[in-house]
Amino acid sequence: MLVGALAVLTACSSPGSTPDETSSNPTTEPTVAEGAPSCGTDPVTLKAYFETGFPMAGDLTEEFTKQFPNVTFDTREDQFAVLTQNAPRVLADDPPDLMRLPQMSELATDGLLLNLDSYAEAFGWDQWPASQLEQMRVDDAGRRGDGPLYAMGLNFSMTGVFYNKELAAQIGMTEAPATLAELDGYLQAAKDAGLTPVAQFNGGATGGFAFPLQALMASYGDPAEISAWIYQQPGATIDTPSNLKAAEHLQSWVTSGYFAEDVNSLDYAMMMSRFIGGESVFIFDGDWESGNLDTQMPGNVGFFLMPPVDEGGSFGAMSAPLTYGISANAANPDCAAFFLDWVATNEQARTIAVQIGGSHPMGPADAFMPDVDPNTVTAQTLVAGAAIGEQNGAMDFIANATGSIYAKGWTPNLQKLMAGEQDPAGLLAAVQAEYETEIGG
Amino acid sequence: MAQRLTPQTSGRREGTSPVLGSPESRRRALRARRLRRGGMALTLVAPAALTYFLFVVRPIAQTVQYSFYDWDGVTPSTWVGLANYVALFHDPELSGSIVNAFELIIFFSFVPVILGLFTANTIRGFATSRLAVVARTVLFLPQIIPLVAAGIMWSWQMSTNGLVNQVFRLIGLDGIARAWLGDFDTALPAVGVIGAWVLFGLCMLLLLAGMTKIDPGLYEAARIDGAGPLREFVSITLPSLRQEVVVCVTVTVIAALASFDIVYISTQGGPGNSTLVPGLEIYYLAFFQREVGQASALAVALMALVLAVVLPLQWLNREGDS
Repeated sequence: MLVGALAVLTACSSPGSTPDETSSNPTTEPTVAEGAPSCGTDPVTLKAYFETGFPMAGDLTEEFTKQFPNVTFDTREDQFAVLTQNAPRVLADDPPDLMRLPQMSELATDGLLLNLDSYAEAFGWDQWPASQLEQMRVDDAGRRGDGPLYAMGLNFSMTGVFYNKELAAQIGMTEAPATLAELDGYLQAAKDAGLTPVAQFNGGATGGFAFPLQALMASYGDPAEISAWIYQQPGATIDTPSNLKAAEHLQSWVTSGYFAEDVNSLDYAMMMSRFIGGESVFIFDGDWESGNLDTQMPGNVGFFLMPPVDEGGSFGAMSAPLTYGISANAANPDCAAFFLDWVATNEQARTIAVQIGGSHPMGPADAFMPDVDPNTVTAQTLVAGAAIGEQNGAMDFIANATGSIYAKGWTPNLQKLMAGEQDPAGLLAAVQAEYETEIGG
Repeated sequence: MAQRLTPQTSGRREGTSPVLGSPESRRRALRARRLRRGGMALTLVAPAALTYFLFVVRPIAQTVQYSFYDWDGVTPSTWVGLANYVALFHDPELSGSIVNAFELIIFFSFVPVILGLFTANTIRGFATSRLAVVARTVLFLPQIIPLVAAGIMWSWQMSTNGLVNQVFRLIGLDGIARAWLGDFDTALPAVGVIGAWVLFGLCMLLLLAGMTKIDPGLYEAARIDGAGPLREFVSITLPSLRQEVVVCVTVTVIAALASFDIVYISTQGGPGNSTLVPGLEIYYLAFFQREVGQASALAVALMALVLAVVLPLQWLNREGDS
């Protein structure tokens, strides 16, 4: 009887089958009219869904409206976690023209995102350095790195090591370390001086040790191998001898006491407040904080990339575009694409991307760059970005390999590594096992 | 016409009235009245029943239905039968979260009920004074604070430089001070303490209300027989409070097994899954891993588990009554 009642209650149709299947055809490519798409001259309201706490997107829309008065924005903002939860539903039911995207491979294969290939051709995005767009390409099987373009960046960010210049001077560090051994020496010096070398966030559901670990991986091994793993290339594994050396190096920092004792209870905001408050000499973080740090601790912050093992050796950094997509059911896809192109090419927009966003704008390698005060950390991160470009050392974040590899694989195991309940080999094996379950299932 | 009709109808009325007295007609009239009343009752119940059906029964039924599918929440789903339930038994992380939930029962249930009993008994001692009102209000306050606020507040108190560690350092226990919520050994008990703090007030108030029902004559008689306060508590107070204690235990056990808010705010399941509970796991499965089917299966299993623990408690209560 219960089963019968349940069947009546749920009307017997399987979940997820909506009557108007036709509206979300996965491979609809917009038909681009003659000439490049634009916002036209009629009044247009673009529906936008952005991330709270990052003013750059809002500033760009304001500037865009100033330049194209017929276009206004109807913007809704949420925290990134909320965006992640809502992304499929919002893209399907309340399609925005522009949306800040979380990990996007499933969104693309589910047919929720607009294929941007024709826009890329019309605007000439395909002439830009290919590495900029690589992470936003998704193939039929949901693997990133290749296939049609499903999103665009507002800029691309990069991670490395920030340090407090005043505290660094106290421990005799006047210039950035050139090798890992030098960095180890400075960490030890900081500890000996009674300072907290690194108060890296690693608490709750945010395993921030992934930042130094991935950078160490690029110093010990080939960034291309790590990218292959992130893009789910067949046979790729994270459990390699060079990655093991990287994890062992990280563990040596743990056992030497270079991390604050309570890192397993620190969240990202707490890390920032401690660093800004002068309670941590170094932090592993990304250049999205450059603008913020230039305001909060002007002239007192330095930045360097994780140094190579030997001087002149290989190094790398996590570098990812700040991804924005267009819903497959968007009302104004042409205008949204025009906006994305404008962000990468307009001088005013590129200035906002650097000064407010703190990161490198998208676009051609020789495009306009705003003047930046060389004393700022923003200037240093831009220089580092160029170095990474020359090295081909850019990788996506190891936390983005699958939808939940961060929550299920990296975070718990990195927290265990910190607490001495997991060893480097076990860490990599556990993450690889989780990875295989997820992409196999 | 009308004039001719009128007497006729009245005549019919007269014709029926004599039969009114017969038992059969009385029964019919009664049934009609009952039907009318029943209709009225149904109309009154309908809004509540409809709401209950739409917002409680239907979602539960849907959850049960989803649990048989592999579904990401948006695209068409595939029927997988019992596969989601089978998976529940093979994932050590899932079983670990259930063990954690049972550990939380110690803090969410036993601590508040035992502390509540003694506090209520103490307050009863000076029940008429104004101090009792103040004590009751102060101790009940945590219950009216939103769980999220309680979680945020306590995660500050328990942080490295928070109030808890300040107190320990003040009394010279520097060695004990630590990041309580970030330590593998203390994170779950620390979360439990937050829950105990929240639920203690509720238990205390319920038990205190129960105590006012106890006949004062019983205590008087006991005292004449030479019983001390402990004897009074064990022989009179405790047995008389059986129902209230069962209610307290039921409510708090459900709070422990279905906990979400406090854990989500204070530790998010970390460090290293040491505070992962089924409620949180369901949330992660549904909204981050997009495995709505698997999440629904765990939700149904959790509901069954809660019922399996709570129903025997109710029978215990009923047996006590009869």
